[in-house]
Amino acid sequence: MSLILFIEQMLNGVQFGVMLFLMAAGLTLIFGVMGLINLAHGSLYMVGAFAASWAAGLTGSFLLGLIAALTAAAAAGALIEVAVIRRLYARGHLDQVLATFALILILSEGTRWVFGSLPLFLEIPPYLSGPVRLPGGIQYPLYRLAIIVAGVMVAAGLFALIARTRIGIQIRAGEADREMIGALGVNIAALYTVVFALGAALAGLAGALIGAIQSVQVGMGEPVLILAFVVIVIGGIGSIKGALVGALLVGLTDTMGRFLLPVAFAQVMAPAAATAVGSALASMAIYILMALVLIFRPRGLYGVA
Amino acid sequence: MGWPEMRAERLLNACVLLALLAVPLWAWAVDEPFTITLATRLAILALAGVGLNLALGLGGLVSLGHAVFFGIGGYAMGVLASHAQSYTPLILWPVVIEGTKSMPVIWLVAMGASGLAALAIGALSLRTSGVYFIMITLAFGQMFYYFAISWPAYGGEDGLSIYVRNGFPGLNTLDPIQFFALCYALLGLALWVFARIMRSAFGLALGAARQNAARVEAVGIAPYRLRLVAFVLSGMITGLAGALFADLNRFVSPVMFSWQTSGEIIVFVILGGVARLFGPVVGAAVFVLLEHFLGGLSEFWHIWLGAVLLGVVLFARGGIIGLIAGREVRRD
Amino acid sequence: MTEVLLDIRGITKRFGAVTASDAVSLTLRRGEIHALIGPNGAGKTTLIGQIAGSLRPDAGSVWLDGRDVTALDPAARARAGLARTFQISSLAMEMTVVQNAVLGALGARGRVMRFFRDVMRDPALRAVAREALERVGLLEVAAQRVADLSHGQRRQLEVAVALTQAPKVFLMDEPMAGLGAEGSAQMTRLLDGLRQHAPILLVEHDMDAVFALADRVSVLVYGRVIASGAPEEIRRDARVREAYLGDEVLP
Repeated sequence: MSLILFIEQMLNGVQFGVMLFLMAAGLTLIFGVMGLINLAHGSLYMVGAFAASWAAGLTGSFLLGLIAALTAAAAAGALIEVAVIRRLYARGHLDQVLATFALILILSEGTRWVFGSLPLFLEIPPYLSGPVRLPGGIQYPLYRLAIIVAGVMVAAGLFALIARTRIGIQIRAGEADREMIGALGVNIAALYTVVFALGAALAGLAGALIGAIQSVQVGMGEPVLILAFVVIVIGGIGSIKGALVGALLVGLTDTMGRFLLPVAFAQVMAPAAATAVGSALASMAIYILMALVLIFRPRGLYGVA
Repeated sequence: MGWPEMRAERLLNACVLLALLAVPLWAWAVDEPFTITLATRLAILALAGVGLNLALGLGGLVSLGHAVFFGIGGYAMGVLASHAQSYTPLILWPVVIEGTKSMPVIWLVAMGASGLAALAIGALSLRTSGVYFIMITLAFGQMFYYFAISWPAYGGEDGLSIYVRNGFPGLNTLDPIQFFALCYALLGLALWVFARIMRSAFGLALGAARQNAARVEAVGIAPYRLRLVAFVLSGMITGLAGALFADLNRFVSPVMFSWQTSGEIIVFVILGGVARLFGPVVGAAVFVLLEHFLGGLSEFWHIWLGAVLLGVVLFARGGIIGLIAGREVRRD
Repeated sequence: MTEVLLDIRGITKRFGAVTASDAVSLTLRRGEIHALIGPNGAGKTTLIGQIAGSLRPDAGSVWLDGRDVTALDPAARARAGLARTFQISSLAMEMTVVQNAVLGALGARGRVMRFFRDVMRDPALRAVAREALERVGLLEVAAQRVADLSHGQRRQLEVAVALTQAPKVFLMDEPMAGLGAEGSAQMTRLLDGLRQHAPILLVEHDMDAVFALADRVSVLVYGRVIASGAPEEIRRDARVREAYLGDEVLP
């Protein structure tokens, strides 16, 4: 095992973590402000990916595809919020789980109806394809590097939005005390729609960016959604900072687990068995990480007790 | 409210139980094996729902990971039967354990294994509550799903086929109506156990802990233990359903572990009416019928399932039994 | 000397810079009602939490009938003989009155892990529940859902559930809260008779009730017990008047 390969895998882990952060940030924001658990967040990821590949296929422009993804996911988010989600804020978590599960069924099958069951593809644009040379002689795909950069920029923008802007103040006030912001004359209904659409846009962006490395298909959102849940359980629900730390932890644990565990087992057993045991264990690594965090910090790393 | 509704619910329960028996008997008489299989599927899914209802309905534990137990039950059957059909022992050391084609043994193993898994998952997840609990159970479900996919010994992603249905002493399980009778009897037994638990000391304390955990603590009962026991019992019943489901299809695959399976088991419980004795039966019936009739009309029937579910959640909070029989209260 | 059943020894609890309980010591003797009064923010809720076991003190200990229960959780303290009532009624709202009472009796009896017998047909538990409901005057509404009860009836049911536990000590958090004059008078009569069963540590805002019932009164201000003694002494105590009562004239 070479150091270069190791660093490359680390970068892959960071890239995965950055993507998970885009998903988890929206989820944790929506939970923090509105107290809502949204299973349909993965569907918005899927909407973003489909919108991007459709628009990019139509116009030939990757950038227009990204814009389409952001717009479509935000619009779908706002629509869903107004039509269904806002009836759920006062309900228990069970009702929220069920209604958003119903939304997954509707959105997934609706997408299959429109686009068919075959996966779509999103081309990496020429200016982002090919490898790039990093210091130390490491060759790394430019596109993945671009994802990391884009994700870090979005994260920085999100932190700035929440720390500096008027809507950020309202969001923080909403997390602290829901009645209070109403008393301060903030239009709560509009604020909730905006927060939901913002979370949806982030999910849509993640879907579009990932759509160019994986195939775009119905059902692509839910595995990512569940990973994002693991992220916010580890980070602490409602904490954006926790989402960032949790996302990087999960991204690195998963990627490095898949890379290192089979190698490690190969030291003590036959190669075929090592691959089997190693990859089986690697697929469980992040859940074991989650269990460990739960044992020591049941409210997550940055959760409030 | 009160007595009349309770009587209405009992009447409805009796009708459901009778219909579930009458339809396959009629199908048997007119030689329609497919309808019998449909009824068997319904009974098994209802059994899985009865299991979840114990945790969700009585205990208020919104588990989005019950597919774990359904899947473990399925794989208990798959693993034992595959070793039996290939005549290879399951374990050689420290003792030799052979596979088996005997349903009662498979059921015990399925319930034991899913009970153990529920103990481990419950012990961890019940340290939290609310949304954390939902997300964590969902995540553990996914863990088992990926494990089943990446573990090649038992078929990995492709799953495992069992060529001949397992046997039960004195019955020919290959005969659809006899296998149905077995599943129906187990469902009836589970409903009876559920009804007893509802009225037992444990059920009273568990229900009170759902409504007000501080009250239960204040009278000297620890909610955590109640919930953990409920979760384990719940997992065992769902695990039994998983073993039967695998035997019905003679096939197990990681799909049994998937989050969709967990979601669907919740849907059975909710469509019928949460914490109602017969909620899962009515819910599973609606699900199977929708799947059968809408699935025949449109490839995209899940849209309509989603719409029905959304309607029930937003507008009919007592589920279908609640619509028909009203609010249930026990008056003693 | 009369037997001390509840002994709170130097309990201290800090939240950041705030000392919510500052070396609080209190005793509760057999047969007495010991009232704990104090203005809002005096730290009564924090103190109750530490006695009931939902909060762990930073220092000090809680002794129940000669046993150190500081390390026990609320359920274990209840089993050790502490029955509490809540400031805001805390009952199983969807259950009936008698089910709530049977729950209390069940908690006291133990053997909760029974899965097959109908608990509502258990004659021993029913007898305990009936007796407690009769005592507080709720027998006629035994079959009603708690959600359908009036506020006053829920306050009474809180006491009834505590009674079913046959405790060594009652810890009552504002049992008069939200009751009208007639309700308070009724509750006062009820509590008056209960001290024969077990002594009551009574946290209460209603001064009429406190001075009608208490054998001893302790005054908590800023987390500290500033005075403790017979009601007459407390009424005359200058520090109490200054710190707590202002110019208000005591009854």
